[in-house]
Amino acid sequence: MEQKKSHLNITSIRKDFPILDQHIYGKPLAYFDNAATTHKPNQVVDAVAHMYRYENSNIHRGVHYLSEQLTQRYESARERVQKFMGAAQKEEVIFTKGTTEAINLVAFSFGEKFVQAGDEILITEMEHHANIVPWQMLCERKGAILKVLPVDESGDLELDKLHEYLSGSTRLVAVTQISNALGTVNDVDFIIEKAHEKGIPVLVDGAQSIQHAVVDVQAMDCDFFVFSGHKLYGPTGIGVLYAKRKWLEQMPPYQTGGEMIQKVSFEKTTFNDIPFRFEAGTPNMAGAIGLEEAITYVQDIGLDAIAAYEEELLQYATYKMNAMKGIRLIGTARRKVSVLSFVFTDIHPLDAGMILDKMGIAVRTGHHCAEPIMRRMGVDGTIRASFSFYNTFEEVDRLFEGLEKVQQMLG
Amino acid sequence: MTLKERQDEVIEEFAIFSDWMEKYNYLIELSKEVSDIDPKHKTQEYLIEGCQSKVWLYADYKDGVMHFSADSDAIITKGIVALLIRVLDGLPPEEVMNADLYFIKEIGLQENLSPTRSNGLLAMMKQMKLYAMAYHAREKGA
Repeated sequence: MEQKKSHLNITSIRKDFPILDQHIYGKPLAYFDNAATTHKPNQVVDAVAHMYRYENSNIHRGVHYLSEQLTQRYESARERVQKFMGAAQKEEVIFTKGTTEAINLVAFSFGEKFVQAGDEILITEMEHHANIVPWQMLCERKGAILKVLPVDESGDLELDKLHEYLSGSTRLVAVTQISNALGTVNDVDFIIEKAHEKGIPVLVDGAQSIQHAVVDVQAMDCDFFVFSGHKLYGPTGIGVLYAKRKWLEQMPPYQTGGEMIQKVSFEKTTFNDIPFRFEAGTPNMAGAIGLEEAITYVQDIGLDAIAAYEEELLQYATYKMNAMKGIRLIGTARRKVSVLSFVFTDIHPLDAGMILDKMGIAVRTGHHCAEPIMRRMGVDGTIRASFSFYNTFEEVDRLFEGLEKVQQMLG
Repeated sequence: MTLKERQDEVIEEFAIFSDWMEKYNYLIELSKEVSDIDPKHKTQEYLIEGCQSKVWLYADYKDGVMHFSADSDAIITKGIVALLIRVLDGLPPEEVMNADLYFIKEIGLQENLSPTRSNGLLAMMKQMKLYAMAYHAREKGA
């Protein structure tokens, strides 16, 4: 297969990521664990360091200059996220620790208000544990029922069965836009349309999608959208919950403390307006600023250009994989993004991962925090190579040289 | 051979390897020599939790010393457990439970010792020492 020429200047991009330019066990690093976390360009690291060096202060309540400046920076980061996601209002953007906390927030606050015994929450068989367990806990607390939309053998959702799973008792649908374990791209527009026909709100887990394609929450019309900064080339410990105002205004606070209150006495506390009501305690200012910088970074390159290049990498890798014997792709969904999940016929993924590691090739092995989908696909775990725009075709070649070495040693 | 002699022998063997692939090739060879666990002990009861691969470890006590057998569905993991068995098998429980396994660091496997490490070397070591502790307690009690 001919390697296409993308218009991205990868050599120049890689200069922004010094971490990529190193040797691991004497071999140049080839990092294919981008679905777990992405690296941070200098611009993001510099913005975070600059904040701590020159801008640090506590925000929102300070009367002094530094506090006011940083408050503005933090709030402008919120506006930046709002525009990036296509949210209607900045109050609909809540900063969280990450996707996991954002889902927990909804499971708790939405669940407190809207879920009762006998109600149903619908998730899918391909969810990450972070989009399973909070709903399980909610169902246990409330005596509600967790329903699971199945996945077919190629790794696609069985959407033709969706109507059977959307019942009069369904209170919420929580679905991932892209599977972290298989790379399947789900038709969330269809799911949202069908759910909304029955008045059921939908939470979209965007942890694996926000970095690969333009997201527009208003066009999508989802009720909740969650993602993590660290998978979008931003810092760890910052994430976003987007929620439509109508839901946020009805939801009780998740955590309580400073910042989120309006008035406190020992008899009664009144809570602040959204979004602050959902951001208890001193927020992650550096995280928000780093996230804003990361958004600037990917927008400067262009998410469409990123998506096109990553698609070329995936196609090239898939082509090479199909030509290899003794190895099997897990997940052959109609639409996939950036993830190559596979097993050897007779080699344990961990053995393969350990050998690749010593060749400087970073992959993930195991169940990828998504045990149910692994069981569905009939495997205990897979080897997962996940691509980013800073990966090169030469690195993909090295991955396959590594896989051949694995076969030679263990086959 | 004493525990120290056994460890030193392993260290000496690994010293000749110039890169990781040679070390792994050797672990792959060792995996073939491990004293295989009786199939009837390849059950949930003897499965070590916390490994990405499955590791079954069985311990027995006879004539004052410990005997171990093991299996794993991952070859390199099996090679690692084979090394542990080679170093600890046939020693009295007290020596096993107090063993300072310095050879692991010397041969470069210490990175596998972190608690979250997927191949569970730490979990295997702990389990062997736990068995030894149990037999030691029984010895004392008897």
